Amino acid sequence: MCKTNESLAELTGSIHNARDDWTRSCLAVIRNLVVSPFEWFGELGLFCARLFRAAITRPYQVAELLHQCDEIGSKSLPLVALAGAATGIVLSLQTRASLIQFGAKSLLPSVIVFSIIKESGPVITALVVSGRVGAGIGAELGSMKVTEQIDAMEASAVDPFRYLAATRVLACILMLPLLTVASNFSGIFMGWIATTLAEPISLRLFLLDGCKDALFSDFIPPTLKTAVFGLIIGIVACFQGMRTKGGTAGVGRSATSSVVLASLFVILADVILVRLILTIWG
Amino acid sequence: MEQTGDPIVIEKIHKSFADQKVLNGITLRVSAGETVAVLGRSGTGKSVLLKVMIRLLPIDSGSVSIAGEEINALDEDELYQIRKKVGFLFQQAALYDSLTVRENVAFPLARHAKKMNVAERYRQVRELLASVEMDRDLDKLPSQISGGMQKRVGLARALVLNPEVLLFDEPTAGLDPITANEISNLILELKKKRKMTAVVVTHDVRATRLFADRLVFLHEGKVIAEGTFSDLQKSRDQFVRRFLTENNS
Repeated sequence: MCKTNESLAELTGSIHNARDDWTRSCLAVIRNLVVSPFEWFGELGLFCARLFRAAITRPYQVAELLHQCDEIGSKSLPLVALAGAATGIVLSLQTRASLIQFGAKSLLPSVIVFSIIKESGPVITALVVSGRVGAGIGAELGSMKVTEQIDAMEASAVDPFRYLAATRVLACILMLPLLTVASNFSGIFMGWIATTLAEPISLRLFLLDGCKDALFSDFIPPTLKTAVFGLIIGIVACFQGMRTKGGTAGVGRSATSSVVLASLFVILADVILVRLILTIWG
Repeated sequence: MEQTGDPIVIEKIHKSFADQKVLNGITLRVSAGETVAVLGRSGTGKSVLLKVMIRLLPIDSGSVSIAGEEINALDEDELYQIRKKVGFLFQQAALYDSLTVRENVAFPLARHAKKMNVAERYRQVRELLASVEMDRDLDKLPSQISGGMQKRVGLARALVLNPEVLLFDEPTAGLDPITANEISNLILELKKKRKMTAVVVTHDVRATRLFADRLVFLHEGKVIAEGTFSDLQKSRDQFVRRFLTENNS
């Protein structure tokens, strides 16, 4: 009888423990789903405030900014040009058949030029840069964080927000529009190559046809919107990198999350910016 | 806080990470020119204690005063002014891995001694690296030198702004006995030459005999004993006696 009571008490205890574990797990899941995103945005807000202050106050880190412009700008150029070229070729190949079907073959240069300068060029450039630069910054700063290099910088009385983050974010803002111009150029040029291989047309005629209805308002706002993409890529990558925890695994997570979040926010920002540009410039 | 003129005054500080209490009411004073070694088992909050001294980590309560300034009351610019007076040697040296040995040591100088020309800056850096016997590897990257050499470069970087206070986080950890002894001798030499105030977090009891004026034992976030090496050898606390004997063989 006594043994049965003990077993019963043990069983009841196990049920209580299992129920507690289940409650704790549920609370953890709810916390991750509901509270964590708010925490993330809150921390991002604080990060941006500190970053903004570091970017606008002296001393300016001009040498490091130029170094980052080189790292982010010139070293991304081949990849961005290649992505732009591929876009131009694909646009030419894909739209040619459709335009022939509708008897609008003569519009092909305009379709290629407008598609590239208004949307494909800026977005593809931003996505390529968020992949290359976002991962690079996330991993570099993440590795500096876990090896205490960022702490060492703070201990040397050098503000890592000023030296590491502000310079990278500014370089992204400055370089994205320039890379977009390069990507547009490469895309239009390779679009012409693909078109002329199917049906010969001179580059001059292709450009005259393609740009005859183009205005500065078709080119400037979409190119300048990439500065906002640069801001997003720089901030997200620096933020993810500088909050890295958990050794080399944490560095990997930061690099991945930098790319994923930066790409996601670039696409979302594009929707808003396109709407805004259409509202302002029509 | 009572004004004592001591360069380091820590009073009743508490620090927790989530539910884990790491520092639990620690009080510590270090006089000018004194070298204090902080000992204790791994995970007792020794490194955290060093980091809160220059606000690399915020404290939950208590007060920390460095060079007469309550650092938790300072704004960011004032905090950086205080940090210039403190040199910090990190456990893994924490050298910037994209910069050479020379650039690592010159890094704080380039940012804080802007009037100094490049030639003068590099002359000072070379002299400092010569004092830690690292002037032959000026253009090597941290990945191209050994752990002991990295610690020497880290030490040179910590000294480059002529700090009033030096904080060492496990200066001899992970080093072979000969290199560890060389680093300990360097600290001793610094103590004699520069008469600097220093806090050394370490497990290396033998090294503390060499350079420490006072030993402080941390256990479960509290100071459980402090005194000179010979005082603590006679301590009633069995943990302290065991720690000193087992690590001093």
